[in-house]
Amino acid sequence: MELLAFGKTGWGDELFYATLMTIAVSVTAMLVGFIFALIFTPLKLSKYKSLNLIGNFYTTVIRGVPELLVIYLFFFGGSGAIMYVASIFGYYEYIEINAFITGSMAIGIISGAYSTEVFRGAIQSIDKGQFEAAKVLGINKYGQFYKIILPQMLRLAIPNLSNVWQITLKDTSLISVTGLVEIMRQSYIAAGSTRDPLFFYSFAAVLYLLLTYVSMKLINKLEVRYSRGY
Amino acid sequence: MDFDLMITSFPKLLGATVITLKLLSASLFFGLFLGLFFAILRLNNNIFINKFAYGYSYIFRGTPLLVQIFIIYFGLGQIEYLRTTFLWIILKEPYWCAIIAFTLNTGAYTSEILRSAFQTIKPGIIEAGKSLGISNKIIFYKIQIPIAIRQSLPAYGNEIILMMKGTSLASTVTLMDLTGVAKYIISTTFKPIEVFIVAGGIYLFMTFIIHNVIKYLEKKYSFQ
Repeated sequence: MELLAFGKTGWGDELFYATLMTIAVSVTAMLVGFIFALIFTPLKLSKYKSLNLIGNFYTTVIRGVPELLVIYLFFFGGSGAIMYVASIFGYYEYIEINAFITGSMAIGIISGAYSTEVFRGAIQSIDKGQFEAAKVLGINKYGQFYKIILPQMLRLAIPNLSNVWQITLKDTSLISVTGLVEIMRQSYIAAGSTRDPLFFYSFAAVLYLLLTYVSMKLINKLEVRYSRGY
Repeated sequence: MDFDLMITSFPKLLGATVITLKLLSASLFFGLFLGLFFAILRLNNNIFINKFAYGYSYIFRGTPLLVQIFIIYFGLGQIEYLRTTFLWIILKEPYWCAIIAFTLNTGAYTSEILRSAFQTIKPGIIEAGKSLGISNKIIFYKIQIPIAIRQSLPAYGNEIILMMKGTSLASTVTLMDLTGVAKYIISTTFKPIEVFIVAGGIYLFMTFIIHNVIKYLEKKYSFQ
C-alpha cells in the first residue's frame, strides 16, 4: 500500500494526476470527434454522390485501420506536416507539437468516425413524418434541426454515444506510446522504477474500470433525462 | 511522396501480415470456445456462476487491451512460483502472451454477443423441440447453438474486425506484426505518410475480406 502513498515516497499523487490526464485527453478527443462528426455526418447524408464518397472514405478508413497505426501517423507525421505548412509561410525552424495535442487529435479523429456513424444512424431512424410535419408547419431550417430533429436524435444517439465514449476512454491508453503521461504511461514508469509491474498494471486496470463504471452511471442519468415522454 | 519506399516496404509489410493473421486466427479460435463457455455460464440460474461470468466479461470489456497485455507479459513474470512451472515456457514468449491476452479479451466480447443471441431465441422454438420429445441436450446442441450462431453473425463480424485491429497492440510487446514493422520503417525513414498508406491499405483489404465473408455467410444462413 505504501507504493500508493501520496508525496515523494509513493506513486499515489502521480497516478492521480495521470488519471486526470486520461480524463482530459478523453474529453478533448470526444469533443474533437464531435466536430468531425458535425462535418462528416451531413456529408454522409447528402444527396450528392461525391459528398457521400468523402464521408464514407473517412469512416471506412478510420474504422478499418488499427488505432495504434493512426497514432503513429500523427506522432511521427504531425510535426512534419505542421513544419511543411509553416515553411510555405517562410518559417523554417523546428516545431515540436505537444504530445497532448497530437494524442487528442489522433484519438479525436478515431472517435469522430464512430460518432459520425452513430449520428447518421440516429438521424436516419427518425420518422420521415417529423421532417415533413416541421416543413408543413412552416418552421425554418434552423428551427427544424435544433428544435425538432436534434432532441429526438439525441435520445436515440445517447446509448450508442456511451459506447463511443467507452471506446475513446480505452483508446487513450494507446497514447502512452507517444510519451504523454496518462494512466498507462505513469504505470509503466512506476513499474519500471519499483520493479513491480504486476501491481501497477493491475492498479491501472482498476483505475480504468472505475472510470468506465462512473461514466456509465452518469450517462445512464442523461439517458433517463432525454427519454422523458417515452 | 516517395513511391520507391512504398514499393520496397510492401513485401516487408506483407511478410509481417502473416504474423498478424496468425495472432488473429489463434485468438479468435480459442476466444470462440471461451466465449461460448462463458455465455453458457451466463445463462445458468446459479447466481454465483452467473456473477462470475458477468465479472469476467465486465473486467475485460472495461479495461483497455493494452493493460491486459502488459499485465500478462510484464506482470505475470514477476510471480516467482510461475517461473518454476511449465507455464513459464508459454509465458516467457511475447507471442503466446499476446495470444492469451487477445483470447481473454475477445472471449469476453464473444460471450456477450452469444449470450444476447441465446436470449433472443424464441421460447416457442425450444418448446416445439420439447413437445417433439427431443432431449434437452440435443435441443441445446442441434437447435439453440445453430440459431444463436446465425443470430450473432453480424455482431461477431464486427468483433473479428475489432480483434484484427487489436492485434496491432502485439507490437508493444516486441512482436513484429504489421503495425510493428510499419512503426520500424517509419522510425528509420521518417516517412510516416507513405508507410501509413501501404500498411493501412493492407489492413483495409483484410477488413474488406472479413466484411464480405460475413455478409456472404449471413445471406447463406438467413432464415428466409
